[in-house]
Amino acid sequence: MTTVAEIPGVEAVAPAPARRRYAFRVPAAVPLLFLAVAAVAAVAPGLLTGVDPLAADPLHALAGPSAEHWFGTDHLGRDVLSRVVHGAGHSLSIGAAAIGLAAGAGALLGVLAGLSPRYLDELLSRLFDVVATFPELLLALLVIAVTGPGTGNVILAIGIAQIPNYARVIRAQTFVVRRSGYVEQAVTFGLARPVLVARHVLPNVLGPLPVLATIGMGTAIIATSGLSFLGMGPQPPSPEWGSMLSEARDYLRVAWWAVLFPGLSVTLTVISLTLVGRRLQRRFEGRDR
Amino acid sequence: MSLIDIEDLRVGFPRAGVEAVRGVSLSIEAGECVAIVGESGSGKSVTARTLVGLTGPGASVTAARFTVDGRDALGFGARDWRRLRGRFAGLVLQDALTSLDPLRTVGDEIAEALATHDVVPRAARRERVIELLDAVGVPEPEVRARQYAHQLSGGLRQRALIASAIAADPPLIIADEPTTALDVTVQAQILRLLAARKATGSALLMISHDLAVVSAIADRVLVMKDGVIVEEGETGRVLARPRHDYTRLLLAAVPSAISRGTRLSTIAAGGIALRTPLPERTVDHVAPILEASGLTAVYGSRTVVDDVSFEVFPGETLGIVGESGSGKTTVARLVLGLLEPASGEVLLGGEPWSGIPERGRRTRRSRIQVISQNPLGSFDPRYTVGHLVAEPLRGASSGSGSRRGAPFGSGSRRGAPASWRKDRVAELLDRVGLPADVAGHHPRRLSGGQRQRVAIARALATRPDVLVCDEPVSALDVSIQAQVLDLLAEIQAADGTAMIFISHDLGVVHHVADRVLVMRSGQVVEDGYVDEVFFLPEHDYTRELLGAVPKPVSAGP
Repeated sequence: MTTVAEIPGVEAVAPAPARRRYAFRVPAAVPLLFLAVAAVAAVAPGLLTGVDPLAADPLHALAGPSAEHWFGTDHLGRDVLSRVVHGAGHSLSIGAAAIGLAAGAGALLGVLAGLSPRYLDELLSRLFDVVATFPELLLALLVIAVTGPGTGNVILAIGIAQIPNYARVIRAQTFVVRRSGYVEQAVTFGLARPVLVARHVLPNVLGPLPVLATIGMGTAIIATSGLSFLGMGPQPPSPEWGSMLSEARDYLRVAWWAVLFPGLSVTLTVISLTLVGRRLQRRFEGRDR
Repeated sequence: MSLIDIEDLRVGFPRAGVEAVRGVSLSIEAGECVAIVGESGSGKSVTARTLVGLTGPGASVTAARFTVDGRDALGFGARDWRRLRGRFAGLVLQDALTSLDPLRTVGDEIAEALATHDVVPRAARRERVIELLDAVGVPEPEVRARQYAHQLSGGLRQRALIASAIAADPPLIIADEPTTALDVTVQAQILRLLAARKATGSALLMISHDLAVVSAIADRVLVMKDGVIVEEGETGRVLARPRHDYTRLLLAAVPSAISRGTRLSTIAAGGIALRTPLPERTVDHVAPILEASGLTAVYGSRTVVDDVSFEVFPGETLGIVGESGSGKTTVARLVLGLLEPASGEVLLGGEPWSGIPERGRRTRRSRIQVISQNPLGSFDPRYTVGHLVAEPLRGASSGSGSRRGAPFGSGSRRGAPASWRKDRVAELLDRVGLPADVAGHHPRRLSGGQRQRVAIARALATRPDVLVCDEPVSALDVSIQAQVLDLLAEIQAADGTAMIFISHDLGVVHHVADRVLVMRSGQVVEDGYVDEVFFLPEHDYTRELLGAVPKPVSAGP
């Protein structure tokens, strides 16, 4: 007679660590689709809405969602849907530019620190530490306090605040790669140092960067909205999610829609970016296994 | 009554579509040592884990009979198994570092085993932990109990793990490759410890790929292949008169003094393993290709290599043996020009190789290449096999300064044209016995033996004069090891390459080397022709090393 028994192996030596399973899993396509729509809104808002985001209509101020105004209107009677769509351009481009700045400068400084002689590495590392000591938003506010408000300055402020995140990871990665067996092996092939760095060190060091940047972009968008909310970002009347929240907050009791939709846009964008980033990360790590 | 009695055990992983164990019957009596021997993937570890209910999630286990400690284990739930582990069967795994909790002291770890099964009263636990550590031969048990796993050496860690496995005094110990990562002298100590445990009446199930280790301690041996037991019997009989061809192949694949000059991978035919001779090789004793004199290397304030001198002639193999930490690998790095000696010098082909700027070495680097223990670590993770093998051919001026000379670009800084490189890659892969289509594969998709072949192909790309092999077969199963060693011997015979062969396995070194250096704490304690050193050792340490080798296994009738 043969009987079947499922033998559970929950203890430490189970051969493959089972990945944590969530009761609810978002299909990969959902965040990608959302980001695609957001990207279209950022690049060509005209495709999604024909309404002018700046056209005020005081007679229909603070009107709730309707067939005419899907997301309702704000305190000046401007179409919230149109402002959310047009606002994507500001929020996303500022976030992307800030991350571009942070990742670019961070990678450069990180690789430099990782390949430098000790004293230079020490100097750069302590510098990263000092910058990282400040909370990101506080540091960004400090930069704005010096440079004054405006789109370009917000990019600069958020970018600088995030540089240490990238520099530290890339520096550590550089250490790992430069001491790896394959770099040592490449030395035995007689490669000159610049060739070695270009061919073996850099490509392997920069691998995790896109993943980090995708996840970091969410943070940057929140920071952008935060600064705009405080009135440091793009100046009125140009639509930006953060400044829309700021303007609409006084009317929260009577017009929830003017707050909900820009807020939802920020939240969903950040969640989508995080989900996509995690997925990239998993794939990237899978490659290394 | 048998401790364990199973019949027709089958373990499958339906999700992966694998059946790892296909009909194994096994019984273990009290006080008996049973060994399961087989290659990786033979199902030996899965069998052992099934015995304590650690098959893993998603496994399906069926058996005609499965009794553990006299009870039917087929209906066991997680709780039943937990009660069994530690109490009835102690588990010792290969890697003590990952088996011990890094955040807890060794003493706490063992105390937990005591607490779980409530063996001794709480107040007596501390004392019992010290007793256990003392019993497994850990010196200064009071001090060690307060230390963490990473603060102990490999041998002490393994002892601590054994101490926690025997804490609840189980009648059975299951040891999965308990000595594989250890040096030969430490291995001997652990085996003695397990044997002593057995002498007190405890049963032992040993899992190993190494027949020699098993022969030292097991009463019965089960040879496993592809999930099936192909041969089973009393140890002496199986080793002396193997009945199954696979057992014969396994035995013949073990390198030793006897196997010198013959192939290790044999064809079993008509009941005997045929030993075929390796091609003749000639050693050119006129001028050494590599000379090292008075090499010393220092890390911080520690001298890791102390006054090491040797020379290697074209076509010759110099073996370097010693335990981990003896400085073997540092010697390899010095010879490869990856580390500058603190004093002493290296000459390659009669010209200075150490003490010169890297620029002066660069064009000659193609003359000396390395094969390391972990080929995957020496491969750029982004590269395919073809790309990897072609790497030494591009970029650097391949072959300039070499006697043979490359067909293109001799002396120039540019590599050879791509089409020539492609042909050369195919030729090299063919030479190491890999099909040409492997070039497009990623090394991660290859087996351990195939990866090592790729590493060899790459090392041969520049037709080096000297090959430094740093534990090249230590991570491989004995039959794969046999193939790789045969391949290296063929290459050496055809090309007249000089080899420096570093290994902690004395049998392997005796098989491949002409001369040998015995290293200890950075110093060469003895050197000479391999037969003289290993048959008539002069230094105590060499004798100790040789004495620690599990007793040699004779290869068939």
